[in-house]
Amino acid sequence: MPPLRPFHSPLPLVPARRRFVRGLVAGGVMIGLSPWLRAAAQGLSDTRTGAAPVLSGTNIDLVVGESPVNFTGKPRMATTINGSIPAPTLKLREGDTVTIRVTNRLREATSIHWHGIILPYQMDGVPGVSFPGIAPGETFTYQFRLEQTGTYWYHSHSGMQEQTGMYGALIVEPREADPIRADRDHVVLLSDWTDEDPMRVLAKLKAQSDYYNFNQPTAIDFFRDVAEMGLSRALDKRAMWNQMRMNPTDLADLSGATLTYLMNGVTPAGNWTGLFRPGERVRLRFINGAANTFYDVRIPGLKMTVVQSDGQNVEPVTVDEFRFGPGETYDVIVTPQEDAYTIFAQSMDRTGFARGTLAVREGLNAAVPALDPVEWLTMADMMGAMDHGAMGHGGSAMGAMDHAAMGHDMSGMKHDMSGMNHGAMAMGHGQHAMHGMAGGALAKPSATVRHARTEYGPSTDMRVDMPRTNLDDPGIGLRNNGRRVLTLADLRTIGGPLDPRGAEREIELHLTGNMERYTWSLDGLEFGKSTPVHLKYGERVRVILHNDTMMTHPMHLHGMWSEVETPDGQFLVRRHTIPVQPAQRVSFLVTADALGRWAWHCHLMLHMDMGMFRVVVVS
Amino acid sequence: MKPRSLFTAAMVLLGAAPVWAQTPMEGGGHAGHPGTAPAPTRAESPASATMDHGSMRMQGGPAPADARDPHAYANGLTLESGPYAFPGPRQLRLSDEHAFGSVLLDRLERVDTKDGNATAYEAQAWFGGTYDRLVLKAEGDVAKGKLEEARTEVLWGHAIASYWDTQLGVRLDSGTGPDRTWLAVGIQGLAPYWFDVDATAYVGSSGRTALRLSGEYELLLTQRLILQPRMEVNLYGRRDEARGLGSGLADATIGLRLRYEFSRQFAPYVGVEWAGKFGQTADFARAEGQRTRETRYVAGVRLWF
Repeated sequence: MPPLRPFHSPLPLVPARRRFVRGLVAGGVMIGLSPWLRAAAQGLSDTRTGAAPVLSGTNIDLVVGESPVNFTGKPRMATTINGSIPAPTLKLREGDTVTIRVTNRLREATSIHWHGIILPYQMDGVPGVSFPGIAPGETFTYQFRLEQTGTYWYHSHSGMQEQTGMYGALIVEPREADPIRADRDHVVLLSDWTDEDPMRVLAKLKAQSDYYNFNQPTAIDFFRDVAEMGLSRALDKRAMWNQMRMNPTDLADLSGATLTYLMNGVTPAGNWTGLFRPGERVRLRFINGAANTFYDVRIPGLKMTVVQSDGQNVEPVTVDEFRFGPGETYDVIVTPQEDAYTIFAQSMDRTGFARGTLAVREGLNAAVPALDPVEWLTMADMMGAMDHGAMGHGGSAMGAMDHAAMGHDMSGMKHDMSGMNHGAMAMGHGQHAMHGMAGGALAKPSATVRHARTEYGPSTDMRVDMPRTNLDDPGIGLRNNGRRVLTLADLRTIGGPLDPRGAEREIELHLTGNMERYTWSLDGLEFGKSTPVHLKYGERVRVILHNDTMMTHPMHLHGMWSEVETPDGQFLVRRHTIPVQPAQRVSFLVTADALGRWAWHCHLMLHMDMGMFRVVVVS
Repeated sequence: MKPRSLFTAAMVLLGAAPVWAQTPMEGGGHAGHPGTAPAPTRAESPASATMDHGSMRMQGGPAPADARDPHAYANGLTLESGPYAFPGPRQLRLSDEHAFGSVLLDRLERVDTKDGNATAYEAQAWFGGTYDRLVLKAEGDVAKGKLEEARTEVLWGHAIASYWDTQLGVRLDSGTGPDRTWLAVGIQGLAPYWFDVDATAYVGSSGRTALRLSGEYELLLTQRLILQPRMEVNLYGRRDEARGLGSGLADATIGLRLRYEFSRQFAPYVGVEWAGKFGQTADFARAEGQRTRETRYVAGVRLWF
């Protein structure tokens, strides 16, 4: 096969798209291929998209290769597993020992990581940490016993291959009857695609970190605010952001300006459709396999009952909407009665959406909602709880916060004054955390903020001294939106923690970054400068993740469960990927029962790649 | 101003900039409210930094003495050594250890003056990592096919604070008159309220010193229509008649450019610029029959790759 470059960098003269591309109807079909590319692509079949083929049993063969896709009208090469996006859905059975042979047909090394699966570290699939990777032409045999059940997924852990198509669902079916009863079962795997070379995307962000943000505050916004709220409030709303050189619309590094949002590998225009018969209980296994996108998911007209989170069954909670980031999964039950419903997953920064339809037959559509307005981050997102600042220094700080919160609500044009409620709520939790500090030694997570000494240099752009611990906050853009939105505080894993022991010690890690320099790290140290986190085999340890940035980071610990607790130290939910909101402090317990070296990182791919990554050694 | 005092002033300014960069965020965030020091000082009690909210600060500043050791959880393990580590050099390298680079042509413009047209350019390129990089700066103008004035700098840029890099290197002045070379030490970064600032002091042969200050701001009228005010000032420590420069403030430029970003990387613009020469520099210009104050119209393109 002649060499075929997977990507072309678009010429800078091509006008960037103001609106995100809704994509072609048939994602995998090669429309408008240039003759040379068509020739080059001979022998390669198109990437299959839509509901993925299902592979089951205990012996599975996967082949990683390149295959052509066309999501936007521009043909590109994707990296795919068995030629499909998403990759085949692996339906495995609890208790089985599976053998999965992965053959690399790329010209570069590859790997597959089984996200959320508890297994020996040599099988975890992180090149350079758990194994050497799979060289071109080689086959690596993964073998592990499935000790758990639920909805998981798998993806490449090499370079940017996950962004370019290597992700699929992995379902472990219980040996006994599934306690979650459903008449029908669909995987809904959300992802994002860019026509650009992801490394070029990263290089652009290094040169200009707001490259893809077309929702920045403008002079026109300012004059509109002046007209609505007066000059002094309009200035107040901006003062802090501008003084600190932070952008209140910095909600995502990448936007619809480069991303096309996919549902089961299908563009919004392509409209992936899942079928049902009216009255059936339909289980939707939502997996966020995106490289860079937090999705806010809802199905207008249907309540969703969340029954599983990160593969672990939870006490059912019924919501209208949930947010999840790369790496997270939620299983929901819906009972549709009408002919068609839209599954609507808007990106957190409101620059686009993935969309599909639940319908009684192919070809039906339901109304597709408009994107929600872009909201500015609030002062609580930047500063956390702020109670001491406000109380210790009288009116001025308080005033700043109130004005900002109100400004934020007014610009959202909804639910006047609710921002103040939120502010009050955040403060209440802050005080609560402070009381907790006086309590028993390790019964509750420490509320004392301890910044690392490496957080005072150029690798960080802010530190939060009074974090919020309000796990009942759905996050920016979802607060007081009139819908019942799932929060971390709503989740209760059935059966409680796997390990009844309390924490023997605490590890506090801060999520850090500098948006202007586009660098991401933990404790202000990127991976290359870091040392591993050492856990003693068998110990029960509390991890506190403290977010010193303005972005939400989905933190994924490999190899061991993360058992999230309340600020009081009460068990909530068992997760493999934990979203930590701006200025938030989340704690969880880990039992170090898995010997080896493991990866621990932010699952936003570019953050991980810039060094928001640690190795964990259990020995 | 005497050369030495000018240089001292420059050093003070450069030294002050990082402190200025470390914006205090007392309590609720309004700097300078009653009862707290308006500016951070390094003498601040480190032990109280985490709990004393009077001195709480969200950006920059020195680490308190009891700040957490980020390697404390490692128990002596490294990425290369310890249980389960692969033998040999570390295999996993992420982009934090890769080099990136970019070339920004901030101004490539046709300048229309009463004395005719000229072409002017200003570019900055960098290559390297996040914290240490090679920086190239070039600025100059060409009139009637002749290079009138050019400044080219090769610098090592080193990050010292959230938004500030120090720069150390050499500068070459060419064009009309004899070439001059300088050692350059400066600071470049983003001041509060998003002002792009570049301040560099220079030391040349024969006791020559110079100081160049420039600043830019980007006012987004819309997401793509951007108004860019810009100013530049050059000062010299001693007279350099061969290049028509007097000591003290030599020239100042204030410009306003309106660009439209067809893409982030390609934006044509139009603008107006006021330029003046001062002191002896102005005298030299007058003697040459040149104007010392002029308003110019510019049209050009800003691009980067």
